Amino acid sequence: MSRRYFSWLALMLSLSSLTMSVGCHPVAPKFQSTDISNSGWGQDFHLRDPQGRKRSLADYGGKAVLIFFGFIQCPDVCPTALSRAVEIKRLLGKDSQRLQVIFVTLDPERDSPPMLDEYVHAFDPSFVGLSTTLEATQTTARNFKVFYQKVPTGASYTMDHSAISYVFDPSGHLRLAVTHGQTAASVAADLRILFREKAG
Amino acid sequence: MAAIAAAHKSLTSAALADTAVKDPWIRGTVVRQPATGMFAQITSSKGGRLVAASSPVANVVEIHEMALVDNVMKMRAVAGLDLPAGAAMDLKPGGFHVMLIDLKQQLKQGDIVPVTLVIEDMGAKREAVVVQAPVRGLASGHDPVKH
Repeated sequence: MSRRYFSWLALMLSLSSLTMSVGCHPVAPKFQSTDISNSGWGQDFHLRDPQGRKRSLADYGGKAVLIFFGFIQCPDVCPTALSRAVEIKRLLGKDSQRLQVIFVTLDPERDSPPMLDEYVHAFDPSFVGLSTTLEATQTTARNFKVFYQKVPTGASYTMDHSAISYVFDPSGHLRLAVTHGQTAASVAADLRILFREKAG
Repeated sequence: MAAIAAAHKSLTSAALADTAVKDPWIRGTVVRQPATGMFAQITSSKGGRLVAASSPVANVVEIHEMALVDNVMKMRAVAGLDLPAGAAMDLKPGGFHVMLIDLKQQLKQGDIVPVTLVIEDMGAKREAVVVQAPVRGLASGHDPVKH
């Protein structure tokens, strides 16, 4: 746990130093999200969809991917992040076809594949819920610098977890970290920049 | 629970006079989802403390506080929630909520779920307020933090 905590600290430091390096650059930052293009985090993932098929980034080739890590019992951060993703798609209009939204559970012990399927579809039929084993969940989270830990409550347990969404560009490179407080409009604007890059 | 229901019967008028609960709602669940949150706005005219809650749809009900600390979502059970006299306390996404745990059934949009809130006044006298909370869709309550 303490190791995870320190890797989380490292993430926060790198996020702030990335922001600073962008801030010191003479050219204004073009993204409203944090640019993590050169972070080397989360190059890929190896998970399973609710039908049991293996899924990795290549399966969503040609689309930008908005990926969020959470758990179904999460009372507000996860639904808020997924509702924002719905709004992002609405703002993108016909370009929404070029975005795949993925929800990865950090709580595979409770979030069964059928539950994940129903959960993400309650937000949008195009959303995908992915999961894997407990061990591989830890590896995946580590690759994305996603902090999480089980916290016992009186009757059961809850999960502390990073409330950051990540964006892969249509070429499959991890580009942006999106904080929980960012508006749908700011993310949609950043995605349009990524779509133009691809087109240009 | 029976005790709470009995207390509710005898205290309804007092409770209604002292405590007002506005806009209660529960976030809908998917099949077999074991827990979800209830939100509302509670105003205690004389001041008090929300100390417990119960509902026939859940085996366990707790009062939780959610906080975002350095982009990490943390949720904790709390012993109670102070209700300052005359001030509206918001139980809303991003703050406090009543957590319905070990649900006995799926909660679908449009369902009405009774939730009993137990409020202790300054003299440590407890009163129970039964709220009829409508279930909203899973995607409800999108209220991003403004920059």
